[in-house]
Amino acid sequence: MSLVVDITHPFGAFTLNVAFQAPGGITALFGRSGTGKTTVINAVAGVLRPAQGRITLSGEVLFDARAGIALPLHKRRLGYVFQDGRLFPHMNVRRNLVYGMRFAPGDAAGPGLDDVCDLLGIGGLQARYPGTLSGGEKQRVAIGRALLSHPRMLLMDEPLAALDSARKEEILPYLERLRDHTNMPILYVSHSMSEVARLATSVVILEDGQVVRSGPAEQVLSDPDMVRQIGLREAGAIVSATLKKHHDDGLSEFSISGGQLLLPRAQLEPGAVTRVRILAKDVMIALDRPRDVSALNILPCEILTLRGGDGPGMIVQMACGRDRLLARITRRSADALALAPGGKVHAVIKSVSIARADVGHL
Amino acid sequence: MSDWLGPQEWQAVALSIKVSLWATILSLPFGVLVAYALARGQFRGKQLLNGLVHLPLILPPVVTGYLLLLTFGRRGAIGGWLEETFGLVLAFRWTGAVLAAAIMAFPLMVRAIRLAIEAVDPKLEQAAATLGAPRIWVFATITLPLILPGLITGAVLAFAKAMGEFGATITFVSNIPGQTQTLPSAIYTFLQVPGGEASALRLVAVSVAIAMVALLASELLARRAARRGQERGRVE
Repeated sequence: MSLVVDITHPFGAFTLNVAFQAPGGITALFGRSGTGKTTVINAVAGVLRPAQGRITLSGEVLFDARAGIALPLHKRRLGYVFQDGRLFPHMNVRRNLVYGMRFAPGDAAGPGLDDVCDLLGIGGLQARYPGTLSGGEKQRVAIGRALLSHPRMLLMDEPLAALDSARKEEILPYLERLRDHTNMPILYVSHSMSEVARLATSVVILEDGQVVRSGPAEQVLSDPDMVRQIGLREAGAIVSATLKKHHDDGLSEFSISGGQLLLPRAQLEPGAVTRVRILAKDVMIALDRPRDVSALNILPCEILTLRGGDGPGMIVQMACGRDRLLARITRRSADALALAPGGKVHAVIKSVSIARADVGHL
Repeated sequence: MSDWLGPQEWQAVALSIKVSLWATILSLPFGVLVAYALARGQFRGKQLLNGLVHLPLILPPVVTGYLLLLTFGRRGAIGGWLEETFGLVLAFRWTGAVLAAAIMAFPLMVRAIRLAIEAVDPKLEQAAATLGAPRIWVFATITLPLILPGLITGAVLAFAKAMGEFGATITFVSNIPGQTQTLPSAIYTFLQVPGGEASALRLVAVSVAIAMVALLASELLARRAARRGQERGRVE
């Protein structure tokens, strides 16, 4: 199941010209507001007809400008989860949920009502009407409704953007479960790097209507050349971590390919594999393994690249086992330590600088 | 009531109600269709359709009646065909009164329904389509339930207008007691004969009563339909 998009469309001051593939898992379309993310997802959904190009899903043509093919919205079988939910106000949750079921072809595999209610924790809401639901509940129902139409793919356009951070935290685990427990491919539009870092398996970065980088999430997020697009404060690598055990003092011990991480207590069982986001601004670099330091995480690394910009800062990309880390330090420090590619250093990370939201749930 | 009203008066009241009900019921599907096309459609001639629908509102009713006579009369283009094909005669029959009333009430009905359709968020219809629903299903399950209050208002407005229709009706189907003499025609007739004021006044009272009942009923229905949506919005 692979979505292949190659479209051109006039868009504001510039021309949207986007080509990428979404291989499966969660593919995040990331970019600032006004870079054309929603236009792309609308073109895939069939809400918008691009001026030129071609869109295929597992080889089936959804749109082909040259051949004059544009499959109508209701025949594409793509579950679209909108930013504003768009639940039907005159139907209760149950009728909203089952609305698309009758249109799914008989051979379409997919979860049943009970499975979806379990997955999203909305079984108790079935008799209620959308107007009485909280923002987070609405969005979960909207996701369930899309899933129950047994789509070939889910399209999500900033599904969490209208929610406050507590509600976001409420939904993110469900999206992680969706990613890890179903094999439903998802195209996920977002301008929030923390969401992308939590969820995405692949990332496509858009800027002014063009794809500037696409690839597996770990690679794209640890690419020092993408720091400008991602934002200095938001830039950071993601590493895969296995929970070893919980310590009595409230810390959890994870093992990663390059060593171990002690992080604030995670809501996971020992043995669970998750991903941890380590922001570049939270990583210090030491030449020798520091002693008598309060930071608990000290990882041996090898410097891969250094990137300077116009300002006083630099981005250092390091290899730590099989993972990549990014560190943001000053040019002055880099000079003082004589950092260079190939150099052996230690990355120093305070446990408390890693927020709970930076650790996946499952 | 039949004691209080004379047979001719009673006939006029009954005929008017019959004509207005049929006019409302028969024009409702067309009203919804046209309102939907005007609210959501993008096609050439949209303004022409809009103008045509509103024409009876602006034209002198006598002109509309005469145009109906020309097209739907027994020698008219459509009237002749209807009689040949279906044996349906409209001119000088109560069926013609239904047509005249429906045409005259159509602009009001379309306007009310169109406003209701325009108030429905097209994003909801779009969402339904992404779930696999074909357009007609979207209309039946999303649009129609959401415009119900507007639909009721439109129907009641049309009914009230049909009850009061005079000019086009009398021109197209004349004023034959028991056949085409509707309530307004009867009032007009009674006012023309000496000593008819008492009958006319009784019919006036009946008109006022029917109008009030219709208005109240529509208010009640529309409010109930709207409340059903809102209640779901507020209370658990």
